[in-house]
Amino acid sequence: MSLLHVSSPHIHKPFSSVEQVMKQVLLATIPGVLVMTWFFGPGTLLNIIFGSALALGFEAWALWLRGKDFKSPLKDHSVIVTATLLCIALPPYAPWWLIAVGVGVSVLLGKHVFGGLGYNPFNPAMVAYVLLLISFPVEMTRWLPVVDLSNIDITFATALQIIFTEQSPYQIAVDSLSGATPLDIMKTQIGLAQTPELIQQNSAFGLLAGQGWQWVNIWFAIGGLFLLYRKVINWHIPFAMLFALTFISLITWLISPETTASPLFHLLSGGTMIGAFFIATDPVSAATSRQGKLLYGAGIGVLVILIRNLGGYPDAVAFAVLLMNLCVPLLDIVSVPRPVGQTTARADERKSAP
Amino acid sequence: MRQIFDIHGGIHPPERKELSDPGFVMDCPPPSKLVLPVTQHIGAPARPIVEVGDTVLGGQMIAEAQGPVSVPVHSPSSGTVTAIASRAVPHASGMTDTCIEITLDGRCEWITCEGVADWRAESKAVLLDRVRLAGVAGLGGAGFPTAIKLASDRAIGIHTLVINGTECEPYITADDTVMQCFAREVVEGAEILAHMVGAETILLAVEDNKHEAAEAMKDASAHLASAEVVTFPTKYPSGGEKQLIELLLNVQVPSGGIPADIGVLCQNPGTAMAVRAALIDGKPLTDRITTLTGMALGKPGNRRVMLGTPIGELLALGDFNSETSDRVIHGGPMMGFAVTDLDMPVVKITNCVLAPTRSEIPPPQPQQACIRCGLCAEVCPASLLPQQLYWFARAKDQEQLERHNLMDCIECGACAYVCPSHIPLVQYYRSAKGSMREASKEKLRSDNSRVRFEARQERLERETAARDAKRAARKAAAEARLEAGDDPVQAAIERAKAKKAQQEGEQ
Repeated sequence: MSLLHVSSPHIHKPFSSVEQVMKQVLLATIPGVLVMTWFFGPGTLLNIIFGSALALGFEAWALWLRGKDFKSPLKDHSVIVTATLLCIALPPYAPWWLIAVGVGVSVLLGKHVFGGLGYNPFNPAMVAYVLLLISFPVEMTRWLPVVDLSNIDITFATALQIIFTEQSPYQIAVDSLSGATPLDIMKTQIGLAQTPELIQQNSAFGLLAGQGWQWVNIWFAIGGLFLLYRKVINWHIPFAMLFALTFISLITWLISPETTASPLFHLLSGGTMIGAFFIATDPVSAATSRQGKLLYGAGIGVLVILIRNLGGYPDAVAFAVLLMNLCVPLLDIVSVPRPVGQTTARADERKSAP
Repeated sequence: MRQIFDIHGGIHPPERKELSDPGFVMDCPPPSKLVLPVTQHIGAPARPIVEVGDTVLGGQMIAEAQGPVSVPVHSPSSGTVTAIASRAVPHASGMTDTCIEITLDGRCEWITCEGVADWRAESKAVLLDRVRLAGVAGLGGAGFPTAIKLASDRAIGIHTLVINGTECEPYITADDTVMQCFAREVVEGAEILAHMVGAETILLAVEDNKHEAAEAMKDASAHLASAEVVTFPTKYPSGGEKQLIELLLNVQVPSGGIPADIGVLCQNPGTAMAVRAALIDGKPLTDRITTLTGMALGKPGNRRVMLGTPIGELLALGDFNSETSDRVIHGGPMMGFAVTDLDMPVVKITNCVLAPTRSEIPPPQPQQACIRCGLCAEVCPASLLPQQLYWFARAKDQEQLERHNLMDCIECGACAYVCPSHIPLVQYYRSAKGSMREASKEKLRSDNSRVRFEARQERLERETAARDAKRAARKAAAEARLEAGDDPVQAAIERAKAKKAQQEGEQ
């Protein structure tokens, strides 16, 4: 018999693979996506299907260009996760070319120019999202009001027509179908010297935050809790981000309730929950150690509120994540844990110590 | 009940301990020949004191300790020395080393062994010498010479003796079996060890998956006020010496230090039993309890195996089916190494021989890209950042590796076990550690040569200066004489003339 000469450990955790990790992330997005479909029609779902197919194509192309084996990396589902997260963040019924540009940018410029999976310093989905937001502001803000608030019933067929022809079958401009998101309304109305309390009387708002949006956020949070339970993600980043977001918005709200929205509104609006549990937790571009993750998450939370309250954009998760991605190398340097039996965390600190 | 403290990280791999039926010692007929490496411990190799053709008896010393950190080797049975040559030995690197091969005569004749009458009455030096001469080295896996560990003279005295019956590696049940079948001997050995180092407390530490062993230890130690059996939740690697001490005592062994630095001594139950045998029976260490397990074996179980028994013969005893298996592991599945040659012998550190089937432990899967998920950092018992170390190891960035404390890695394999990308992390760390050791040796060498070179330069300069000074002094003296009208040249001419005149006068 020929003996295998392999290094220890000889056993490996069952069912632990990149593919499994990615599958569980995809599984966890399902409740949120279904709720989005409930409130906004099948647009998001179609975005995701179209975007994922494109993403697989771009991934295979990029791997082929780089002279890599492109069969097994395609099977790890990582590129589908990127596409799914991007498509969730895009407005439903975004034109097909917007999706194509976004997916292409996220796979090629977000990931492969840095060396592929595991090497990207920035969250690829957010790189693409920000690029689209800055380049195509009209298309990127074309969110529909929730189905209840519009008098148009959107079927799969109409959805496909809107996505691929940018024509709505109702003989009305696509633009007039769309409406401002609750975050948009909040921002513009505060600019018009309305109080948040009064603004929330608007029909676009529900009991807790934006109509529809509150449930989307709650269900993405539930998906996130599933990931926590399955130990796919750790609590550090989502907890730190949501805590910092609540804390900062509470302070600003207490200081100036006439010009800032409540912490509850911020928690359940826009991309807060998908950001906290699905975007910020992308391990490749996040900080490494527990302490680093706490700092990283808190930074995102603070930046989200700062940009929402003071910046030019209604939502800020993408910007906040990218800005904190920039800080990761620094966070990784300052947040090395102290090993068992050592007096300090890093060896260079010991040398300088007396 | 003693409070148990938490340690960082850890994993819960499938235990598979029932496979080798702990608590029973199966028959193990002596093999036809034994291969005894001169190095079965950490330290200097023992020096063979027999020659090819010599007949030896069981218990006879066949290689003597060389230097303080070394232990002798004894023949486990009677026979003839048939070779002293380089053979494959159990080592992660698959290396060969000097071995003494003994062909057994089957008579099992032993030397007469004599123990000490009353170990309490003997001096520590006598007891230590006995332990050393009996060739006792740690049976838990590292094989550190026990006498050295016991002789440690730290400023702080040993206050606690920990008998490490954790056995946290999957599959292995050797210590479990020792504690169940030889409970009295283990406890007596622990008593002797505690007496030798002056420890007031004996903690018999057993993981809670070994209920019978814990009960056996409790029964055997009931008469000892100083001894306590401590059970704690099963988690790998709680049995790591530093992990166990933190778990029991909530203190951390300083990095690079040993438990004695904080007044603790850790010993394996098998080692305690070997120390007892060395002192009370006067018997050297020539056999051990070894777990033979894995699905490729028809008859797995624990056996009392003579040291030097070829692993291949041991596998044959267990009805090994080589059709279904493509690897044999020396030690456990987490830290053990693959056996490269089935003639490799069982040695003092062989707690387990694992022969899994291909479906039981499949070949390693291809490595994928690191997605920095951080699962490795969550399970690392040393609180390191394995994913960062992996990047630095790949980049061969020794400065960063040092800064991130690679040397504190205990190579337990928990990180690689959970890695979703199937990266053989431990292999990267071993290789990086090797390069770092090499680099620090290289640095030491270059530092030494620099010091030597500088010393030589200094000496040469000193000599030149001394020569110059001498020359200057001579010159000054000559000039002084010249000035005084004392011309040496003229004087020499005068002398020559006088000599010539004298010679002429004689003629």
